[in-house]
Formats: sequence, structure tokens, C-alpha cells
Amino acid sequence: MAPFVEHLFRRAAFGLSPVERDRFARGYSDRQIIDSLLVFDAGATDVDGAIGTPGHVGVTIGARFTPNTNINQARQRWLFRMVHSPAPLQERMALIWHHHFATAQSKIAGVYGGADSTRLLAAKPSEDPTGHRGQIELFRQYALGRFEDLLVEVAKDPAMLVWLDGRLNVKGTPQENFGRELMELFTVGVGFHTEEDVYAAARVFTGWNLRRTNRGDEAGTASYEFNYRAAQHETGPKEFSFAIYPSGPTPNRIPARSAADGLQDGLDLIHALAVHPETARRMARRLWTWFVSETAPPDEAFVASIARVYLDGGTQMRPVLRAVLTSPQFGDERNFHQRYSWPVEYAVRTLKEVGYLGFSVGDLLTPLLNMGQQLFEPPDVNGWALGPGWFSTSAMLSRMNFASQLATNQRVALRDAARAHAATPEALVDFVHDTLTLPDPPPPHYQAALDYVRAGGAWTGSDAQLLARSAGLFHLLAGSAEYQFL
Amino acid sequence: MTFTRREFIKGGVSAFTIGFAAPAFLSDLAVAQGSSRRSLVVLYLSGGNDALSMLVPYTDSFYYSRRPTLAVPAGSVLQIGGDSTGKPLGLHPRLTTLRQIYDQGRLAFVQRTGYANSSRSHFLGTDIWSTANPGNTTGDGWLGRYLETLPSPVDPLTGWSTVRELPHTLKADRVSVPSIPSVAGYALQSPNTGIEGTYSRAGLEAFASHLPPERPHLSFVNTSIQAALATLDRVGTVATYVPTVAYPTSGLGQAFRAVAGAIVRGIGTKVFWVQTGGFDTHASQGVNQANGAYANLMGTVNAAVGAFYADMLNQGLIDDTLILQFSEFGRRINENASSGTDHGAAAVMMALGGTVQGGLFGTAPSLNPGSDTLENNSNDVRFETDFRSVYAQVIDNWLGANSVDILGGDFRKPSLSFI
Repeated sequence: MAPFVEHLFRRAAFGLSPVERDRFARGYSDRQIIDSLLVFDAGATDVDGAIGTPGHVGVTIGARFTPNTNINQARQRWLFRMVHSPAPLQERMALIWHHHFATAQSKIAGVYGGADSTRLLAAKPSEDPTGHRGQIELFRQYALGRFEDLLVEVAKDPAMLVWLDGRLNVKGTPQENFGRELMELFTVGVGFHTEEDVYAAARVFTGWNLRRTNRGDEAGTASYEFNYRAAQHETGPKEFSFAIYPSGPTPNRIPARSAADGLQDGLDLIHALAVHPETARRMARRLWTWFVSETAPPDEAFVASIARVYLDGGTQMRPVLRAVLTSPQFGDERNFHQRYSWPVEYAVRTLKEVGYLGFSVGDLLTPLLNMGQQLFEPPDVNGWALGPGWFSTSAMLSRMNFASQLATNQRVALRDAARAHAATPEALVDFVHDTLTLPDPPPPHYQAALDYVRAGGAWTGSDAQLLARSAGLFHLLAGSAEYQFL
Repeated sequence: MTFTRREFIKGGVSAFTIGFAAPAFLSDLAVAQGSSRRSLVVLYLSGGNDALSMLVPYTDSFYYSRRPTLAVPAGSVLQIGGDSTGKPLGLHPRLTTLRQIYDQGRLAFVQRTGYANSSRSHFLGTDIWSTANPGNTTGDGWLGRYLETLPSPVDPLTGWSTVRELPHTLKADRVSVPSIPSVAGYALQSPNTGIEGTYSRAGLEAFASHLPPERPHLSFVNTSIQAALATLDRVGTVATYVPTVAYPTSGLGQAFRAVAGAIVRGIGTKVFWVQTGGFDTHASQGVNQANGAYANLMGTVNAAVGAFYADMLNQGLIDDTLILQFSEFGRRINENASSGTDHGAAAVMMALGGTVQGGLFGTAPSLNPGSDTLENNSNDVRFETDFRSVYAQVIDNWLGANSVDILGGDFRKPSLSFI
């Protein structure tokens, strides 16, 4: 396998399964493979029908599988999609938007209960009494769509309206929570807006509230939708420190508007923020961190080039991602293995590369919690602490223990797969390295792996030895520092 | 953020190599490194604790006019006397145990702590309180810098974070602080048992001993693995600790229980981090309802801190224990339409322990609009005591280090004589 293709799949997918490895082994140019990741119909990538069928990773279902109302089942469904989706970049982007617009179920559950909160986050329209699309489905739909549209949808998203208290933002006493994070975290970032802007933004979004659409009798049948309440909108002008209408006579001021037209305030502010040059640069820097490198600071030429694609394309993300994945910086081998994996990325990659038949994604939930990433439960609106922040001692221990758990579960399959590479310790070590798409090991690592295979006596390649040492070697290497990098 | 560990790599590898073979030696090292058995427990209330609901200016008429539904009624507060200007103050009614400790003279409040141009951002605010450097919030944490002043090699259990993510406060270039949220879960698994399991552990140790200087990030992850492997056995001894009191089942209660176990077992930890969240009370703050959000937060803090204080007292270790509480900011004075409060400025800090000189430090704000104790068009409380002066007191008089070096300036304030 070409190193670039392995790199591409570590970064823009969730690693290479044996099937993907065979498919892309020959006959495709790098551009064609990048295209195969970038081009998908967001509405036609459903693999949910395969849940519970042979040949796929398992799902722990219990009496009923209701991922629209049971948050742990929603987590499992998403993990299943990450393993099996024909459009892995779609799931990857959904995960990234989940981090960027980090919304936690616990707060919503505190208001509407577990079932309704799960639906607000994870239901497909067909699974909701009024056809509401949960937040993650929004992220999947807009995975590579227009960022400005995504911002508008997020501002109207019921889960977000609960999470950042927009549902309570009314005339007279505006709620600052959403307006603040819209600028500080979702768009321009710290340093490019003022405290006064926060107050003005809060007033802009007064009246952007929620409505209950179905007062069901049994728990879990209620639904909620965005509701602009004109009577709760502050109609006066709002002043900002940056231009909302760059070519207008009073560029920094959203004018007084009638309550009936007040929704336009928010759309104008979101547009101004979406196309703000600092948003373009900040998103480019974040894309660097997400896709290119966490060990080198963002390359200035990369930032300028990606920001330009973002603005020239009217904030469309598909051309932006194409520019990222085809950039010289992304393809530079010095940037390979320079991105700290998120726990979800690590776990799904390990499943795809080590094996998953007979393993349930339900058994991933506790390890992921211990590694520090519970889906639908980011620690705060800033998302997860990426990079070195993932690698506390206990989190690293949890990664090593997950590698052990999976290798134990897969030990028979690993023994069988290793039989063709059992002639010498070197052959076995090479096989495991290749399967895990690890870089060529430095001599001390290679020696340590060989020492492990040889520990306690001569290597014979017997089935008993293979059963113990192939699983053991997968544990050591999937639990090694090197494998924590993408 | 840069994680250059080259100096560590030069000086630290041999220590870790020894550590695998002889954890008892490291324990001795830890004891030798401390001139005393003193422990510092930092308690972070995450989200921006509402200082005015914790320490209530219950005679300030503007407190009641500006918080018509959230103000604690004067008849409900736990009165604790007045500040140096004679302004009476009271504790939130759920802080009953803390009030007892206050009455014993072992709890100090420092009012109106903060810094100029207070950030209303959780993230920037937390970074400022963590680094003690409003001008550059990307560097090491203030306690991380303290750990780096200890003689090298620093024992890997010198610090202990009870939350999963290593807090910025404890981040350091050359010292890796373990995160141990669950003592019971802090164990190593292996696909094979018996002698095969020992081969696995030896293999993990061999891989992790590789610290290539040209790949500091890889080395960083390996130092985490090394720290995990080197601390497993000692942390295991904490799991068997039997406390002298019943700890609450809350996450905070269990975190304090683990801290108590580590202190009593004498495993060498000097700095602990405990944390509890939910203080970002924008809506339905519930200060006064029996089951209100803020009332429950105060109940949780009171029960957990109270149990820990009693346990340390019973163990005869309270004189060696200091708890320091902070939050990233206080909250807006006026309540909002959602019966909550938005992000504000000055915060309240607590220090408690067997040798703390308790009392009310600093002065209460006047909530009268126009008062010079306020800022932001009188919407927020202005800081009076730089939070770094509180840190300086702890660094100089508890940790026995030099606050000027660690804080990069002289923030000493002799009147702040709580320790």
C-alpha cells in the first residue's frame, strides 16, 4: 500500500479496512482516491440497515434497538457508521462538527429528559414524531456543505437552543450564552470581537426560541422546533466593532427593524461572521490541526491558501477539504504520523485494522469514556482538549487496555491471520507493523518487538505460541505511542 | 502550545528506568524531595461560581433589588460576621459544615479576587487563572512551574489530577502529572496471563523507554506511558484505604476520598487537583429552592469538603493539609430573564486547613450602581485582590518555594495572612 494512501485514510477516514486496502491497492491515482472520499451523496450513505447482520461489527442491542431515544444506542449506531460507512469522510466531518459545535446531552436531558434529548441529538427524521432531524444528522447532512448554512442551521437547532440557552433569550433581558460562543468559538475567535459585541449579539438573537410541536402522552413522543417569536425580539439597532454590511453607509450597525422582520438580524450577523477574514483564517488553522499536523504550527502559506478557497467558494467546505487533502503540506511525509488521535479515531481505526468480527461497539463505550471522549458528551462548548490533552496517564492506560481487550477478543482470528507469517519472529513483527500501517520502526522498537516474540525460549511458530504472541504483539503495538498518532 | 521535553529527556530517562524496577525507591525519593508532608489540594469550581450566592452581602439593599428572585433572603444566610469595613456577610444556607470550620477559625475567604480587564470567557479565564499570566496564557501552569522547581528527577506521583484531563494549572514542560480519576480502574490489562503477562509488561516498558529527541511529541506520549507504569503499584495501595468518615457518593466526594487515601498512605504526592462543574448557571440557577441547581452545587461542595476535612482531622493530618478553592470568574450582578446569571468578573476564593488563619479577607463590594467597587457600567464586581497574591501566599508560606520566581513578579501582599 502506498504510504500516502494509508496516510489519507488515517486522516480523512478511520483507517483502512482489509476491504478498502484491497480496493485501493492498485489502479487508482491519488486524486481518484481523494475524490472517492470527497464525493458522496450525503443522503445516500446509510448503512444502518446492516446493523445486526453478519460480517459487521456487533452492536449490543438488548430488548429493543431504539437509537433515537437511547443515548448509548445512539453512540453505538454512530460508531457502527464510522466502521462501515461507504463515505467515511462524512462521518469524520460530522465528528469534527460535533467537536466544533460541541453540545452535550446531559444538559438537554436535564430539561427534556433522556429520550427527548437523545432524539434532539441523534434522531433521523423518520424516527421523530414530527420529522425533526437530530443535531448529528444535521452535521452529517452538512458535512461538506456550506459553512454559513451550517451556522444558520446550528443557530436554529433545538439541541443548541437548549445547550446555549437560546430558548430563553428574550427581549429586555437578553441571554448572552449563544451570541458569545458564536463569535468566540464558532467563528472569528478570541481577539476579534469585544464584550460589547457579545451584548449586541445577544440582542440580535432575542426571540430565537423553541416550540413544542407534539404534546405526546407518553414520554419520548414530544418534539421541538425552532420558533422565531417576534414579540420577544429587540427591535432597536445593534452596533458591532466589525462590519456587518461592509459596503453600507453604517457598516457596523444592524439597523432597527420591525419585530416581524427581526429574524434578519441574526442572518445578517451570521453572514458577516461566516465571511469574516478572521473566520476564514481561524478555520484554516483549525483544519491544519484536524488534518495536517499537531506537531508543527500552521503553515502560513497553507492558512492563506485555504482561507482564500473558503472565501472564494462562499464558505463551501467540499472545495476547502479538497484543497486541504491535495495541499503539498498534507502530502508532505514529514507531516505523516504527526496528528494525535482522538479516542474515537483511535478506537475505530484499531477495530478496522485489528479486526471486529465478534466484537461489539457496545464494548467501546466504557473504554472511550475512560480515554476521555464520550460521544454526545463533550466536556464543554469548547469541545474536547485535543492533542497532548488526550494523553494523561489514565487515558493512555485506557488506550493500552483497550488494545489488550480487542487483541484478546480477536486472538483466534489474529493467530489464523499470522500463520502465513510465522516462520520467523521478524516475519511476524513485519506483518503486525504492516497491518497497523505503522511507520518503519526505529531500531530500538524493532528490537523490543523481536525480544517480546522471543521471550522465554526459542521461536517455533507453533499454534500455541502464535495464539499468545500474535495477540500480545497487537496489544503492544496498538498500545504503543507510535500508534496513537495518525 | 509547545511540548518540548528535551531537557526532561536528557535528565529523566534513567529515573524512569529505575522506577520500573524499584517503585519503593521512588517512594523514598518522593519523601526525600519534600521537607514536610504538606499537601496542597486545589479545588476548582468550573463554569464561573456565583460569588454573590456563596458569600452573601445580605444587608446590601441593591443585592435584593438587582436579584429579585435569586437573592438569598437575609433570614436564611449563615451569618459569619463582617469584613474589615463592618459590612456583614453570610454563607449560602447549604454551607453548614463550612460554617463550622469557619467558626473554628480554619476557613478563610478572600473576596473580590481577580485581575484587571477580567475575561468573561470560560476558556481564556481558566487559562489566565491556570497560568497566572494574563499576558500569555499558553505557557505552563503555575503549579506545573512549581513542580519544576523540585530537585530532578521529580517523582511521577508528586502531582495527582483526579480528573481525566490534565488541568492546565498542572501542565509543565518537564514534569508529567498523572491523571487518576478512578483508583480502582488504574490497572494494566494483558491478553495473556502469568509469565506471558510479565513479558507483555516488559515489552510495554521497553517501547516506552524510547524517547527520541527529534520527536518530542512521541516522547511526550511515552512519558505518559512511563508515568502510568511507574505509578500503578503505589496507586494500588490507595484503593484499599478505609476512611474514618463516610464520603458522599458524588464525583467530588469520591475524588476527595481518593486524595485522603493518597495522603494517609504517604505515597509522596504534594499537589492534588479536584474539580466539580455545573457552575455556569445562565438559567434556572435555583439558589433558594431545596432542590435548585445552585443549592445542590453548594450542598455537594459542603458535603465533600466537609467529609475530607473531618477525615484529615481524624487522621491527625489536617495540619499538613491546605485546600485552595478558585473559579474562573464571578457572575453578573443582575439576574437575567432566565432566572440565572451571566458571566461576570471578580470571584471569591476559599482556603481551609488545620493551620489556616480563618476570616474574611478583602472587602465586600457595594452593589449600588456607580460604586467604585463595580465595573462594566456597574454590571459586574471589580477585583480588589490580585489572584496571584493569593497564589504567592500559598507558594511562599505553604509550598516553601519562591513566589517571585514562579509567578514572574512580586505579588506578595502581607495583609493576606491566611497561611
